[in-house]
Amino acid sequence: MSPIPCRQAFTDTLTELAKADKDIIVVTSDARGSVTLTRFAQELPGQFVEVGIAEQNAIGVSAGLASFGKKTFVCGPACFYSARSLEQVKVDVAYSQNPVKIIGVSGGVSYGALGSTHHSLHDIAVMRAFPGLHIVFPCDVAQTVALTRQLVNYPFPVYVRMGRGAVPDVYINSDVPFEIGKSITLHKGNDLTIIGTGETVFHCLEAATELEKHRVEARVIDMHTLKPLDVEIIKKAASETGRIITVEEHSIYGGLGAAVAEIIVQYRPVPMKIIGIPDENAINGSSGEIFNHYGLTKENIVNEAFKLIELTNINK
Amino acid sequence: MTQRTQKDLLIIALKVRKRILEIIYQAKGGHTGGSLSSVDILTSLYFNILNIDPANPDKADRDRFIMSKGHSAEGLYCILAEAGFIDDALLDTYGKFNSRLAGHPTKKIPGIELNSGALGHGLPVGVGMALAACMNKSKNRVFVLMGDGEQGEGSIYEAAMSASHYNLDNLIAIIDRNRLQISGNTEEVMSLESIRSRWEAFGWHVIECDGHNFNGLNHTFQSIPVVPGKPHLVIAHTIKGKGVSFMENQAKWHHGVPTKEQLEIALGELDASINLLKST
Repeated sequence: MSPIPCRQAFTDTLTELAKADKDIIVVTSDARGSVTLTRFAQELPGQFVEVGIAEQNAIGVSAGLASFGKKTFVCGPACFYSARSLEQVKVDVAYSQNPVKIIGVSGGVSYGALGSTHHSLHDIAVMRAFPGLHIVFPCDVAQTVALTRQLVNYPFPVYVRMGRGAVPDVYINSDVPFEIGKSITLHKGNDLTIIGTGETVFHCLEAATELEKHRVEARVIDMHTLKPLDVEIIKKAASETGRIITVEEHSIYGGLGAAVAEIIVQYRPVPMKIIGIPDENAINGSSGEIFNHYGLTKENIVNEAFKLIELTNINK
Repeated sequence: MTQRTQKDLLIIALKVRKRILEIIYQAKGGHTGGSLSSVDILTSLYFNILNIDPANPDKADRDRFIMSKGHSAEGLYCILAEAGFIDDALLDTYGKFNSRLAGHPTKKIPGIELNSGALGHGLPVGVGMALAACMNKSKNRVFVLMGDGEQGEGSIYEAAMSASHYNLDNLIAIIDRNRLQISGNTEEVMSLESIRSRWEAFGWHVIECDGHNFNGLNHTFQSIPVVPGKPHLVIAHTIKGKGVSFMENQAKWHHGVPTKEQLEIALGELDASINLLKST
C-alpha cells in the first residue's frame, strides 16, 4: 500500500512537471482540497485557474485554454464533471477536439456514505459514447504517475477517473510499462480471463492467486484504458480462455463489461459474468463496505469463476 | 487591416444577406431571422475590427471570434466566404449530404474556433481563450456573439462571474438583441430586462449600440476597453430578419424558409438597396 492516494500522486507529479513547463495549466472548481492541489496553487499561482463552484464553466474555460495551446488539466470530483458539465465535455472538449485532460477524482463509490449525488457509476457509459474522447482509469500510484507523464503532451482529450483513498499497489515501481490504449496482462492463465479497471484490478489479481490454489489458471488483464479499447487482447482472451469475468466500480450497464461484451459477441461469443453495481442507487456505507456488498471482492470473483467454469462444463 | 468605408460595409452586408437567403432557400432549411439580424455585427467585425488573415486563418496572434449563437451559421458561412476564408462555391453545398458546412458551425471550416450550436457554450470557452492570452501577455482579443434568447442559459452567468473576477478586458461579449426567440417575444418567453443592470452587477462594462449602424458598431468595438480591467458587453440592438420587409420583426422567420416567390421579392429588395447605394 502506498502511503498516498492516486490523486496525490497525480498532483505531486504534475506540480513537478509544471515547474518546468509553463504551459501546463490546472483549472478547478473549488476542489483544490479534494484534488490535493493546494501546493500547486501556492507554488504555481500563474498556472492555476480557480472558477469557483461552476463545473460547466470549468470545462468550457479549459476548452478555451486548450485551444490556445495550453496543456490543460481540469480537476475536480468525477461525479460532477461526468454529469453536471456533460454537455461541455461533449461539445467544447470532445466534439471540438480540444485536448483537455479531465481528471475526475474520488470517482466511483469513493465518497461512500455521501450517497448517489457523489458517486460516478455512470461515467464510462456516458463518456464512451462521445467520439474522440479517451478514457483511462489508473489502478495504483505507480500507474497514475506514469499516466500523468504521458497525459501532458497527449494530443487527444482524455477523461481520467481515480479514487479517493490510498489503494494497494499493483505495480512495484514507477517504471511500470504503460501506454494509453495498451492493456497489461498481469497474470497468465488459460482457464478463464478476469478483466478489471481502476481499483478493481487489485481484487482481480487477488482472485487469480486464490484460484491458483484450486488449480484454476486465470488470466488477469488490467484494462486501464476504456477507450480506445484494446480490442485484440479481448479477442485473444475469448479465443484462448473461453470464459470472461469483468469487474468494475461502475453500473453493470454501459461500462467495462458492456464494452468487452460488444467485442466478443461480434467476434467469438463466450460465456461472461459482469460484476459491477446493479441498477440501483448504491447502498449506504464506506467505499470498502460498498465493494463488499456488491461483490467487488476476491471472494466473489472466485465464486463467480467457479460458477462460470461449472456452467461451461455442463454445456460441453 | 484596411479600413472599409461605411458604404463598402453596407454593400458587403447586403450581398451577404442575399447569399444567406439563397443558401437557406436551396437547403430548404436554416435560421433566417437571426442570421439576418447579426449580419451587420459580423460585417463590422470581419471587415474592420478583427485581427485575422484569411490566407493564414490559424496565425497565432489572431483575434478569436466565437459564434455562440451557432444557429446563425448561415450568416457566419456567408461572411467567411465574403472575407475569403472559404470558397463561395462551398456555400452551394450547404444542406447537402456530407457537406463540410453543417447546420451549426464546426472547426472543419477555416476561421471557426469552436463547434457551436448548443447555447451557452461560447462565453465560457471565450473566458478560457482570454485567460490564455493574458497568460501569454499577448494582445489577442476575444469576441463572443450570443443571442438574446440564449441569455436563459445559466452557464453564461458562470462565465460572466469568472471574466470579471479575472479582469478580462480583452474579452468582448456581444448580444444580438433582436427581442425575438423561437416562441415569440423574449420578454414574454422569459423576461431578460434589464440586461444592462444584470451584467453590470456581474462586474462588466456595458455599452449599447445600434446593431445595424456601422459607424456605431465600429466605434464601439474600436473603443474597447473603455474601462481597463473589465470585460465588456455590447448590447447590439437589432431587428430580426433585418433587410427584408416581410421578414423583419417576425418570430416565424426564426427558421422560416422562403418560397421561390418570396426569395425573388427578397432578393429584389436587397438588389434595389445595393443599386441605390452604388448610385450615390
